[in-house]
Amino acid sequence: MDFSLSQEQQMLQDSVAKFVQNDYDFDTRMATVNSDANFNQDFWNLFAELGWLMVPFSEEDGGMGGGAADVMVLMEEFGKGMLMEPYLANVILAGGLLAKCGNESQKANLAEIMAGQQQWAFAYTEADSRYCLHKVSCQAEKAGDGFKLNGQKSVVFNGAAADHFVVLARTSGDSADENGLSLFHVDANAEGVSRKAYKLQDGSNAAEVSFNNVALAADSVLGEEGNALASVEAVIDQATLAVCAEAVGAMGVSLEKTVEYTKTRVQFGVPISKFQALQHRMADMFVEHQQAKSMLLRAVMLSEQDPAAAAKAISAAKYRIGTAARNIGQESVQIHGGIAVTDELDVGHYFKRLTMLEMMFGNSDYHAQRYQALA
Amino acid sequence: MNIDFSPEEKAFEAEVQQFLADKLPKEISEKILAGTPTSKDDHVRWQKILAEQGWAAVNWPVEYGGTGWTPTQKYIWANECAKAGAPDVVPFGMKMVAPVIYTYGNEEQKQRFLPDILNSNVWWCQGYSEPNAGSDLASLKTTAVRDGDHYVINGTKTWTTLGHYADWIFCLVRTGDANTKNQEAISFVLVDMDDPGITVSPIITLDGHREVNEIHFDNVRVPVENRIGEEGKGWTYAKVLLTHERTGIARVAHSKVRLEKLKRLAAEASTGLGSLAEDSRFQAKLLDAEIELQALEFTELRTLAAVSTGKAPGPESSILKIKGTEVAQAIDELYMDVAGYYSLPFVKEQFMPEYEGEHVGPGTAANTAPKYFNNRKASIYGGSNEIQKNIICKAVLGL
Repeated sequence: MDFSLSQEQQMLQDSVAKFVQNDYDFDTRMATVNSDANFNQDFWNLFAELGWLMVPFSEEDGGMGGGAADVMVLMEEFGKGMLMEPYLANVILAGGLLAKCGNESQKANLAEIMAGQQQWAFAYTEADSRYCLHKVSCQAEKAGDGFKLNGQKSVVFNGAAADHFVVLARTSGDSADENGLSLFHVDANAEGVSRKAYKLQDGSNAAEVSFNNVALAADSVLGEEGNALASVEAVIDQATLAVCAEAVGAMGVSLEKTVEYTKTRVQFGVPISKFQALQHRMADMFVEHQQAKSMLLRAVMLSEQDPAAAAKAISAAKYRIGTAARNIGQESVQIHGGIAVTDELDVGHYFKRLTMLEMMFGNSDYHAQRYQALA
Repeated sequence: MNIDFSPEEKAFEAEVQQFLADKLPKEISEKILAGTPTSKDDHVRWQKILAEQGWAAVNWPVEYGGTGWTPTQKYIWANECAKAGAPDVVPFGMKMVAPVIYTYGNEEQKQRFLPDILNSNVWWCQGYSEPNAGSDLASLKTTAVRDGDHYVINGTKTWTTLGHYADWIFCLVRTGDANTKNQEAISFVLVDMDDPGITVSPIITLDGHREVNEIHFDNVRVPVENRIGEEGKGWTYAKVLLTHERTGIARVAHSKVRLEKLKRLAAEASTGLGSLAEDSRFQAKLLDAEIELQALEFTELRTLAAVSTGKAPGPESSILKIKGTEVAQAIDELYMDVAGYYSLPFVKEQFMPEYEGEHVGPGTAANTAPKYFNNRKASIYGGSNEIQKNIICKAVLGL
């Protein structure tokens, strides 16, 4: 049993931390949020140059061969700066599916992702699927040698910026069947693909994406036709773990900023940090953060040790970290007072980001139930 | 970063399991697993078995008879002991006074006291709290006035757990004059419970049992050589002791075993409409306890890993105290839920070893409420959970 980071992990942590500290201050971030850009392309190029986009891919696929622990290290630091560049959509979701299910020619796209040359998105949720991964109405019917794709996908992360989609569609069965699901590589510019782009609460980009009789070649299927659910679940689990790490990073900063603020804000003639009514709330936040961090480490370590135990450990982590994220986000705002409900202060933005992370890939209630349902 | 056991650690786990299967007396483990009272003799007997094996002092330095185990070995040991139903180490000698003696005591004191603690020849108790010094421990009033080669001690100590079993007591006493600042007038002294002037009176707790006591000191003469370290430094030593006390206080392995048993009992408990295990409100509470315990287990492992790299258990150990007691108390309540109506009868003698009559209620159901009432102490003792939050605020958050 060993809780220490490897030398490579330590270097990765230092490198991301340095970037967040020196180059990604709140004003820089807000400049992107308030612009029309989906994210900062210069930063994305830099991430590619620094090798960050290669972290989880195997060495055979041209990556760094990192595991869940490496992704955790990176995402926790991303969380500290509330990075809005589409790492999750490209590297963890679409990249994860390409690496897991793709054949040789499909995997060639990984090089483009790692180089930051292509933008990808995974289109899986639908208006009435909520967090259920196999509730899929989007249809891919056989048409000649290939398929014809029809349907709509909701809140597709990086959907506005994407050049390519990985689409989860039904090739057989009823809309809630676990079997009959297939993954397709769909060019975002193909005929019949349309999207309504928008921003999310934190300023990152997304879209509603429609497919109207989109013609797909036979070789656009990723992995085995009709049998995609297990791969999707595995990749969504990795994404869930990644947002857990991001939340742990973000809530640590939110706590730190709250503690520092109370030392400078004077009311009734004293810094408000002197009030025990506030002190104990901050002590509770500290405990919450540490417990959340422990659940993250537990999920990372257990899933690396035994893939069969991963899903349950990850749901336990998402439930506990989601609860802590709500708590710390709300308490940070409450303890700051009115200033934290303004757009000008970063703490409110950490609150928004933490709220989103709690809702992504299943909220706390969903993961509590999933945990109970898993043997 | 990994959670795997090495081949050596797996071998150690097997060795521990074998040892417990061979050496842990069944009549003791049955009581522990049922959650019924244990006797002084049960604890001493088990400690002596451990001492013979060289496993009595898990956390001591090897030079004084400690095991030298790694954090992983300690984790394995705690888990296997809890699963097997081994009694907890009585902490007062082994975990509380011994670290102060081997850290701050002189050579003679180490020789004199440590072997008897290691071999459970002497039962210790703790003389910290006083009737008017609870959370504000430094305001303690028991005085030790120098008279030649002796201190003359006067005052009252309270909440002395199992003080009626004790041969010796370690005390915080006031040695400075009235003008000395609170913390700088406190010294750490060891007192023989047989000394003239000591009386022990019982305090009966909500479960109807005598677990704690008040200890009165009336002109008790104690040789100056029984003082550990310097005069006036007792508070510093006590603080170190308290952080050690807090790491053990999480009782993660014990709570894990109780939670597993709880699940079995809930599956058997009828609600009239099904089993309690299918009740969604019960499930939700159980889930919260289970997941909090998983988090706590890793928080404790992280703390142990940090300690093994040479850091003393820091103020972070306050988390272990807060969460460990909260989870244990949540489990107490779930046991009451399982017992239902049979949490109401108060038939304390039926769980005593000498009882031969019929039991009221199934299993140990009627013992769940006494345990629940008794264990409200957990969030109060060892520095109340509110004091732990003060420690976090001051020492971690810098407030």
